[in-house]
Amino acid sequence: MQEFFQNINYMHILYAFLVGGAICIIGQILIDKTKLTPARILVIFVTLGAILGGLGIYQYLVDFAGAGATVPLTGFGYNLAKGAKEAVDQYGLVGAFIGGTKAAAGGIAAAIFFGYIASLISKPKMKKQ
Amino acid sequence: MDNPQDTQKKYQDYIDKKSPNSPILKNCFNAFWVGGLICVIGELISQFCKFKGLDIQTSGTIVSIILIGISAFLTGLNIFNKIGKFAGAGSLIPITGFANSIVSPAMEYKSEGYVMGVGAKMFTVAGPVLVYGISSSIVVGIIYFIFK
Repeated sequence: MQEFFQNINYMHILYAFLVGGAICIIGQILIDKTKLTPARILVIFVTLGAILGGLGIYQYLVDFAGAGATVPLTGFGYNLAKGAKEAVDQYGLVGAFIGGTKAAAGGIAAAIFFGYIASLISKPKMKKQ
Repeated sequence: MDNPQDTQKKYQDYIDKKSPNSPILKNCFNAFWVGGLICVIGELISQFCKFKGLDIQTSGTIVSIILIGISAFLTGLNIFNKIGKFAGAGSLIPITGFANSIVSPAMEYKSEGYVMGVGAKMFTVAGPVLVYGISSSIVVGIIYFIFK
């Protein structure tokens, strides 16, 4: 464990902080300045990430900022698009249907599973109105 | 009696009129550092996975699973909503917001049963995200197939 702490790349941590924070600022401006609901903003971010990922632009941001680019939802879209392209290389046209979901399978399955468990153990909220 | 949403809207309009600049700057600042911090946690997990010899794809998946797991349980314990009120997009835009969007409606509609309540309402927000995300990835794949 101590060896790991000696090996941390602090520049990448800083870039992750700056880029991840900057992407969140874009989201915050959309929340404050437009009438978009959070659901629409999430959809816009995922779709934008998929488009930028498909064009190969988002890859530069991922190379630069690591988790700062992959953890925001644009990174989820990027991951879907990247998976689709890689699967097309491997399987041809049918890969377009396999790759995206396959690349994001871990995240989707975890969200469903942990989401279900968490809502089972949660106590119903007290109405405070 | 006034509809609470109307009252909220009136209040929001009043706030906007009285202080046009400061809230958005403050909101952006909070979104920036909370969002950045969540990404830093992700980057640390990712570097740890790479240190343990895992490839980039697997590391990324593990980062998503851990962050999603944490935020799902924080939502279940009603802690995440407090972070969300403070940080706004800072906790919404990272993958934590995706997990939160699954648990929140599921908790709210728990009284409607475990199938049509929890099971169906989980996807109120996550459903559209998956529909548009997966659909656009398929379009990307098809276009890539044609032009590669």
